[in-house]
Amino acid sequence: MRALWGLVGMIAAAVCSIAIAAGIEDGEKRSGFDFMTPQTQALQADDMSNPGMLWVLQGEQLWQQAQGRADVACSGCHDDARQTMRGVAARYPAFDAATGRPIDLAGRINSCRAERQQAERLAPESDALLALTAYVTHQSRGMPITPATDARLTPFRDNGRRLFQSRIGQLELSCASCHDDNWGKRLGGSVIPQAHPTGYPLYRLEWQTVGSLQRRLRNCMIGVRAEPFVFGAPELVDLELHLTERARGLLVETPAVRP
Amino acid sequence: MARTLVNVPKAAKQGEVVEIKAMIAHPMETGYRIGPNGSNIPRDIIRRFACTYNGEEVFSADLFPAVSANPFIAFTLVATTSGTIDFTWTDDAGKSQTASATITVS
Repeated sequence: MRALWGLVGMIAAAVCSIAIAAGIEDGEKRSGFDFMTPQTQALQADDMSNPGMLWVLQGEQLWQQAQGRADVACSGCHDDARQTMRGVAARYPAFDAATGRPIDLAGRINSCRAERQQAERLAPESDALLALTAYVTHQSRGMPITPATDARLTPFRDNGRRLFQSRIGQLELSCASCHDDNWGKRLGGSVIPQAHPTGYPLYRLEWQTVGSLQRRLRNCMIGVRAEPFVFGAPELVDLELHLTERARGLLVETPAVRP
Repeated sequence: MARTLVNVPKAAKQGEVVEIKAMIAHPMETGYRIGPNGSNIPRDIIRRFACTYNGEEVFSADLFPAVSANPFIAFTLVATTSGTIDFTWTDDAGKSQTASATITVS
């Protein structure tokens, strides 16, 4: 009988270790929304009080504006974003055949600007780029995140997972140290969320503005006292790829509000 | 580019108390912060917000540097007659941004 219990214990331990290695189980996945106070949740839930909607509105205006030497607006090719862009952001980052690398939505908007509109690229974290990205992503709100299954993305996604699990910085922490192993506990005054990129670009009360996922990733890197990757770095896009795969099935919330 | 978000109920009953919400995209720079090059970031805030109902001022607020970026102001009005509700935000430079909405009172 004791041997039997020992065996049960070993199986249980084995199951647990598998669960830890795989990160967060499907049934346990929770958006950062669930970890917020009811007041902040209310701010996000009402489009009339959600400050992120200011950027969505600006994006809607920019979508119709002709730009660059080609003098064509986004709507000139893509028509009405409410139809043509529905679900697009839910499957980004995608594989970009021209560069042979994955590209995130902000990168795609900028490459579209440079090649099709023949306009200047927008600076990372500029209001215009955030507004356009927020507007396009907003069209997928309420849809589940379904990352592209393109096989060419696999090596980049694996690199993203490796980066997610690698310890960096003076504090020697990996993303997984907090967001896989210790989510739900507290770090100082705030709850550690599971780090699912469901609502980017999102309005952070701390920033008092809208910011991209890359800005958030860089923040975390500075937090563990590591040298952050520059905006648009391939490593950041690889991390985005891994994060969207990790968040598969969660609903897009853009523009989200976070504390 | 005007980036304002106002919420006024489209219709209301005579004498009903309605909630009005108004938000504007603005950095509300306090003037106390120092930029990356070591020089002061100049102050740039909205000083005054006013709301008029058919031309008559029914609500106003003075804003100060402690107010957060993208100020959000909510208040109530008594719906008396159908008409337009205009919103004005005036900044340090004296420039103003406006928005308006209509309300039908039955």
